[in-house]
Amino acid sequence: MDLIKERKFTFILLGLTLIVSYASLFVGVLDMELSGILGKDFSQIEILLISRLPRLLAILCTGVGMSVAGLIMQQLCMNKFVSPTTGATISSAQFGILMVLVFIPAATIWQRAIIASLFALLGTWIYIYFIQKIQFKDVVMVPLVGIMFGNVIGGITNFVAYKFEMTQALSSWLTGHFSMVLRGRYEIVYLVVPLVICAFIFANHFNIVGMGKDFSKNLGVNYNVILFIGLSIAAMITASVVVVVGSISYIGLIVPNLVAMFKGDKIRGTLVDTALLGALFVLVCDILARVVIAPYELPIELIIGILGSVVFIAILIRRLNHGRKAIVRKEKKTMIEGASS
Amino acid sequence: MKIEKLTKTYDGKTVVDQVDFEIPKGKVLSLIGPNGAGKSTVMHMISRLIAKDTGCITFKGKKLEAWKSKELSKRLAILTQSNHVQMKLTVRELVAFGRFPYSGSHLNKEDEELIQNAIDYMELTQMQDQFIDELSGGQRQRAYIAMVIAQDTEYVLLDEPTNNLDIYHASNMMKTLRKLCDELHKTVIMVLHEINYAAFYSDYICAFVDGKITNFGPVEEVITKENLKNIYKVDFEIQEVKGKPLSIYY
Repeated sequence: MDLIKERKFTFILLGLTLIVSYASLFVGVLDMELSGILGKDFSQIEILLISRLPRLLAILCTGVGMSVAGLIMQQLCMNKFVSPTTGATISSAQFGILMVLVFIPAATIWQRAIIASLFALLGTWIYIYFIQKIQFKDVVMVPLVGIMFGNVIGGITNFVAYKFEMTQALSSWLTGHFSMVLRGRYEIVYLVVPLVICAFIFANHFNIVGMGKDFSKNLGVNYNVILFIGLSIAAMITASVVVVVGSISYIGLIVPNLVAMFKGDKIRGTLVDTALLGALFVLVCDILARVVIAPYELPIELIIGILGSVVFIAILIRRLNHGRKAIVRKEKKTMIEGASS
Repeated sequence: MKIEKLTKTYDGKTVVDQVDFEIPKGKVLSLIGPNGAGKSTVMHMISRLIAKDTGCITFKGKKLEAWKSKELSKRLAILTQSNHVQMKLTVRELVAFGRFPYSGSHLNKEDEELIQNAIDYMELTQMQDQFIDELSGGQRQRAYIAMVIAQDTEYVLLDEPTNNLDIYHASNMMKTLRKLCDELHKTVIMVLHEINYAAFYSDYICAFVDGKITNFGPVEEVITKENLKNIYKVDFEIQEVKGKPLSIYY
């Protein structure tokens, strides 16, 4: 009973995710019904196994992966606005994919994923090295530098793609979409699962590193090693998602922020909620993308972009108001304390 | 803990110059001196937060760098002033991190008990489930001290523990630190700017000027008109209050 009460939020999220997952299976051009599947209608079972189920699993992995990657990056960088999008991770992975397309045209999806991971790692590392060296006073500068850095890499990617006439081939990875997810071409996204489990194991380490270098050293935690492990996990998650579905922005930025508002920053306590909310958000966006102009489909990145930016602005406004409130409250408190002493 | 010929140079400027002293066990030691005298740097070196250039730090008969960081964190805790984190953790979650060197992520019954004791000791029981970013400066500082208590180390090092606290909270903080020594038998070492807090609440004082130790000894020996004038280049009057030499300066 206590468990249910304590984790009410998690159970609600889990329930919603299951319901929407179920609905997601039955949205599509070809008719598919539960009765058909239970009635052993082979063509319908085929649709389920080849297209619908892979799609659902890819969506879940994407939502879970991107939001957890964002959570890790925000904690490690001590900045609420850092994410795979604003930390140059996605654009580096895309650059990696382009390099594979240009130099190893016959690469398997696994080779593609490995090289994209390496580039994502490298890009994220260069970025982190930058922001650690420069030590910005203003928190907004950190993601701004990331966006600038990401755009520089994006620019190079576009230029190279143009030179090698790869623009069209690359476009599939520039805007995220699930329409190409079929059995046999998406399985790499499962890598998200062991990586998220790793993240859960290291959750407290990430928290401690997020409290600062001195704080970590005091508790005997090796700051640089944990930073390296955490960012590597985040970059690998991002790369395995980008290789399969392309760039998915905003999730890594807004989902961890939303959960942290209600549940705080202790990763052990928020990781499951963050993962579930991420999955739910992508599920809903995907259903919208498939329904809006049915029987055609919009790239999910478009829907996420629109919904995500609205939520992001709402978070910004709330943070601004909340920040001010906290200060006012503090002043009041000290006044009261001052009066009583 | 013994410090011999400790030296640190930044960009060709010697910040700490051949410093020798021994930290008396089970006492409160305050490091004082003007800005840039190197007291904070010494504190950071003896707590392994920054590396020394030359010299030798011996902790419990073993060189400091020979200690495993995790083992050291069970015996020596350091609280720096850079704790203005925006992190939304509850007081209890923060204090629980103090047990990390012992149990990692798996807290056992004993850990939970020590955490609760630390929270109760710092009178944070009422607000243990509040987020630290919602607390006042004094309360947050107490939460950090509670974490150090949960860390259960013999040595506690603090870098300007009264920084940013008003008089009420600052003097309460000093009383607490005194209690850490008297009741919990810890060795407390701190960097302090307020000479009177140092004089009133410590057993020993170590004064720094330009990276060198000018005076080291029991409070009564160090806090004198002449010494303070040498250290701070300002005129002082000394008055005895409750047997402690308090200084007046303007």
